Amino acid sequence: MPGFGITLGYTLLYLGLLVLLPLGALVTKASSIGVTGLIATASEPRVAAALWTSFSLSLIAAAVASLFGLLVAWVLTRYDFPGRKIVDAIVDLPFALPTAVAGIALAALYAPNGWVGELLAPLGLKVAYTPLGIFVALVFIGLPFAVRTVQPMIVEIERELEEASATLGASRWRTVWSVLLPPLLPGILTGFALAFARAVGEYGSVIFIAGNLPYVSEIAPLLIVIKLSEYDYTGATVIATIMLAISFAALLAINLIQAWSRRRFGHV
Amino acid sequence: MSDVSSALLPPLRARGPVITERHWVRRLTIAVALVFLFLFLILPLVVVFVEAFRRGLGGYLAALQEADAQAAIRLTLTVAAIAVPLNLVFGLMASWAIAKFAFRGKSLLITLIDLPFSVSPVVSGLIYLLLFGAQGVWGSSFMAHGIKIAFALPGIVLATIFVTFPFVARQLIPLMQEQGTAEEEAALTLGASGWRTFLTVTLPNIKWGLLYGVLLCNARAMGEFGAVSVMSGHIRGLTNTIPLHVEILYNEYNFVAAFAVASLLACLALLTLALKSYLEWRHGAALAGGASH
Repeated sequence: MPGFGITLGYTLLYLGLLVLLPLGALVTKASSIGVTGLIATASEPRVAAALWTSFSLSLIAAAVASLFGLLVAWVLTRYDFPGRKIVDAIVDLPFALPTAVAGIALAALYAPNGWVGELLAPLGLKVAYTPLGIFVALVFIGLPFAVRTVQPMIVEIERELEEASATLGASRWRTVWSVLLPPLLPGILTGFALAFARAVGEYGSVIFIAGNLPYVSEIAPLLIVIKLSEYDYTGATVIATIMLAISFAALLAINLIQAWSRRRFGHV
Repeated sequence: MSDVSSALLPPLRARGPVITERHWVRRLTIAVALVFLFLFLILPLVVVFVEAFRRGLGGYLAALQEADAQAAIRLTLTVAAIAVPLNLVFGLMASWAIAKFAFRGKSLLITLIDLPFSVSPVVSGLIYLLLFGAQGVWGSSFMAHGIKIAFALPGIVLATIFVTFPFVARQLIPLMQEQGTAEEEAALTLGASGWRTFLTVTLPNIKWGLLYGVLLCNARAMGEFGAVSVMSGHIRGLTNTIPLHVEILYNEYNFVAAFAVASLLACLALLTLALKSYLEWRHGAALAGGASH
């Protein structure tokens, strides 16, 4: 086969110049700040609050997205209803819809005078311009990850297992709980980790609905943008480094889940 | 005898089908899923178009014909026209090297190609600013030669390339690995050049996967917000892409115009989803091997 040298060479050059070199610039800048400087900036109250907001809301939103993702994936693979194919295609909307568009649309819907906000206002629920708004945007952005990781695994379930369980006298609920769900767990966890990793770094769909109040509804990526507009490259770098560490931890978790799943269930 | 055995065995189908849920459970589950999807996915899409046409077709068209909106549309098309082909060529090169040859460090290379997907958009912009910004590593030397990268077209293109980097490659690598090298080897043995083998043997085999990757790459390139926002400097009429223009209009409380311009991107998203579903439905087998995300 010809072309190994040129294709691999081009791949390494392009990857090196456009991905590794800029990421290297971040690492260099972070190491020039040093661990003590890193901790000092990260423990500034406003930075710590933003990191906590991003981290905690991403965890909750990823969990909710996983729950509904499982439900949606189940309904799409197991049940038939009119418009199923279209619903299946629509699930990918958060991947395809630019985040700024999603952001202003969600803000318009959940604002106190918006279609949904209007219904929630009499209940005393304020969604837009509160942390709850951030949560809504992060569920939106995380949903397709949750659905698309579990869906193929539900398709692959062997119907014989369910039949065996039912023939042995298990109720349907028990079959679902102890025969069908356990093998889906790695998929659910992988979807959760992907949704979480995406949510922590999400910017466009959040900033319009968040209200961006420091200490309350200010997310870490927004604080990076604010630091940059103040020419505080050091502060921005510290937050970026911590966020990179969080997303690599999520990636590592995904790999561990999949290795565990291969050992436990013989598939990914 | 037969009477006894039929009395002892429980009637298998007496309680309805045992490998699915009861009728009302199914109905309820479908209803919950659909209400959730309606609230979270359909309504945001609908609200974009309703708000865009709040002042009628005239207001809608006026917002799109405004000079800054036109400039934003041109800039977005320009950026995509540079970034997508570059990532397309890279995707072909990388998948050829990875799928057709065995070498050490291959899985590390694949992980590195996927890396941009796990970096926050804002961080993706920041890393280029650290290189090319005024305080950046090379910022001042480029500026001394009168070359503007940050807050200009090159910076926006670089940020866009970064966030759309893996799309084509990760679609093609598993697909080409699946297809192996037998067909290419046959063509080479018959005397075809490497380039001709690629064009007449490999390319037809991967064309649908390639189109699929380009489609997703383009959608992200035209819609990217965070990374481009950091690198663009938000100069109206000059460095504002469509998503950035939407942000400016929205922050000026010019909601009709903001949603009108946003509706262009919503249409792009719908078109992308439709084509993607069509490719999956019509050419699913030719895409196989490539995980959709």
